[in-house]
Amino acid sequence: MTAPYTDQFEAYASNGGGEGPAWLPTLRKRAFDRFSDLGFPTTRDEDWHFTSVTPIAERTFKALKPGPTTLTLSELRPWLVDESWHRLVFVNGQLEPALSQFTELPAAVQVSTLSEALREEPEWVEKHLGSLAAFDKAAFTALNTAFMQDGVVVRVPKSEVVDTPLHIVHVVDAQAEGAALHPRLVVVAEPLSQITLVESFVGLGKASYLMNAVAEVAVGNGARVDHYKVQRESTEAFHVGTTQVTQGRDSMYHSFSYAAGAALSRTNIYTRLAGEGGEARLNGMYMLDGVQHADHQTFVEHLAESCASRELYKGILDGSSHGVFNGKVYVDPIAQKTDGKQTNKALLLSDRARVDTKPQLEIFADDVKCTHGATIGRIDESALFYLQSRGIPLENAKALLTYAFAAEALETIEIDALRVELERGVFERFTHTRLE
Amino acid sequence: MLKITNLHATAGTKEILKGITLTINAGEVHAIMGPNGSGKSTLAQVIAGHPGYEVTKGSIEYQGKDLLDMEAEERAQAGVFLAFQYPVEIPGVTNAYFLRAAYNELRKARDEDEVDPIEFLDIMEEKLALVEMDATMMQRSVNAGFSGGEKKRNEILQMAVLEPTLAVLDETDSGLDIDALRIVAEGVNKLRSPERSTLVVTHYQRLLNYIVPDHVHVLAGGRIVRSGGKELAHELEEKGYDWLLEPVPA
Repeated sequence: MTAPYTDQFEAYASNGGGEGPAWLPTLRKRAFDRFSDLGFPTTRDEDWHFTSVTPIAERTFKALKPGPTTLTLSELRPWLVDESWHRLVFVNGQLEPALSQFTELPAAVQVSTLSEALREEPEWVEKHLGSLAAFDKAAFTALNTAFMQDGVVVRVPKSEVVDTPLHIVHVVDAQAEGAALHPRLVVVAEPLSQITLVESFVGLGKASYLMNAVAEVAVGNGARVDHYKVQRESTEAFHVGTTQVTQGRDSMYHSFSYAAGAALSRTNIYTRLAGEGGEARLNGMYMLDGVQHADHQTFVEHLAESCASRELYKGILDGSSHGVFNGKVYVDPIAQKTDGKQTNKALLLSDRARVDTKPQLEIFADDVKCTHGATIGRIDESALFYLQSRGIPLENAKALLTYAFAAEALETIEIDALRVELERGVFERFTHTRLE
Repeated sequence: MLKITNLHATAGTKEILKGITLTINAGEVHAIMGPNGSGKSTLAQVIAGHPGYEVTKGSIEYQGKDLLDMEAEERAQAGVFLAFQYPVEIPGVTNAYFLRAAYNELRKARDEDEVDPIEFLDIMEEKLALVEMDATMMQRSVNAGFSGGEKKRNEILQMAVLEPTLAVLDETDSGLDIDALRIVAEGVNKLRSPERSTLVVTHYQRLLNYIVPDHVHVLAGGRIVRSGGKELAHELEEKGYDWLLEPVPA
């Protein structure tokens, strides 16, 4: 099933893919060979047991030749959260400067497209690109590495604190029907620096495409990165997103993954706590309906002493949707005084909805505190009656309790504008009324 | 106001109410007393429309309407209020949002305009004072992490805001200290009027020192075995329930 991509790769290698510094085509070739060897994952792979990518594998998504877009800022406005943020907008994989917004950043902070960075600082890019996102066992990451078109490179120098969030928006519309997109994000937060990133994936209309995104985030000693991912792809689309993080001493990586779009989505968030005293907070929420399938996999590697990890994921499933949560935690023999907590809860609104959840704890140190808890439930009947007995109609009562379920996860969002927007989205989705 | 006739109700296969007949007129306060397991709370919940009980025989007429034909929310909109024995915790919904949503549903049912959050604050100020609750309680999730007494006071706060025509208090006195009991009773007494009726369900006579009933009924084995005036409550306090519990004929 990888064969159709061989022709595409050869065509790409002799065209746009051959550009850039000399090491790049070599990297692409290595990645494509690995993808050919691995093939698409199957449900026989432990990591893909509950998620079949057959609908992706049996199709051949085309490479996209980006054309001029007719998209206007006002069409984009509902997805921008806060228009004052520094914003890079990619439409069908191509940066649209007219839709982007460049605010004043501290002069030393570098935010550029991958193609710019390859031109201007090829050696710096070589050092970081692909250094975290290993593809020897990850077919989709290999595919992204082989075909990555453009993306964003962020470098926050030592001790720089960026106050306003950086918003990276990937918009896909009907022009990308049947296409594959492979954006790449590389973030290097040097020691004691801070930055907040929001990645939005937006599908306009009903286009069916493959969004295969890879992010590499290096959080230096004492640095902090807040990373929000808002996935609102078209309900006909496929989304595979892998975020690979490494954390230094006393660093903090805080991630929130919101998944409401796509027919099939898989979100991987992997972090390595490689220095003492680091903390990882991985939270998220997914909201599914119809025949949607959403799979989240987290992997926290505790590789140093006295690190903490906190995970809270919540899912709301309606229709015949299917949710998967697989939370892996590895505690190395050296990682004494590890403090890990993982919670995942799902709310089923229909008899046909289904959730598979698999916590995996591998602990090789003895002085650690690691807990995990998973619950799958329906709306609490006694709470429903309580609300009805106060005059609140059954449907509104259900909606209110569904919203309340989501609130615990959404409360972990530290950007007010984003939290309010997602709260409103959840509330309006279930109540069909506006939240004041 | 409320006319219950030969009411039978089951939970699952078990018959709990076995023929209750009771009439409450406008302006009256009735007390239902009885030992544990007599069906007191079931009666309260059946009046409010709890889906866990099935009425197999009999009728309940409220303001001339067939109450059993109405959904729980319709009963509330028509002025029926149940103060729960065990108020439910709802994490993630603030007391303020919940109360205003309920208040506005009742207004909508009466074809009145809904109130906005600012107007509602003014309404709440007086009601909070009535039950001696701090305004910060409004920003907390409904009953979540409330102490037993706070939960019961929150029930009375809701009652004060919703101003029901028929209030049913299910063991509101259980687990309350004397101060909380006084506050709860004041909340109830404040609502007493010739147009409103109250049904107080309680195991102990204590609450009835504060909310003085017009009529007292003793429920045992799913039936009313004795009815009388407020002096019946005192008699029960002295003698207990045993003297009333004759073997039920087969």
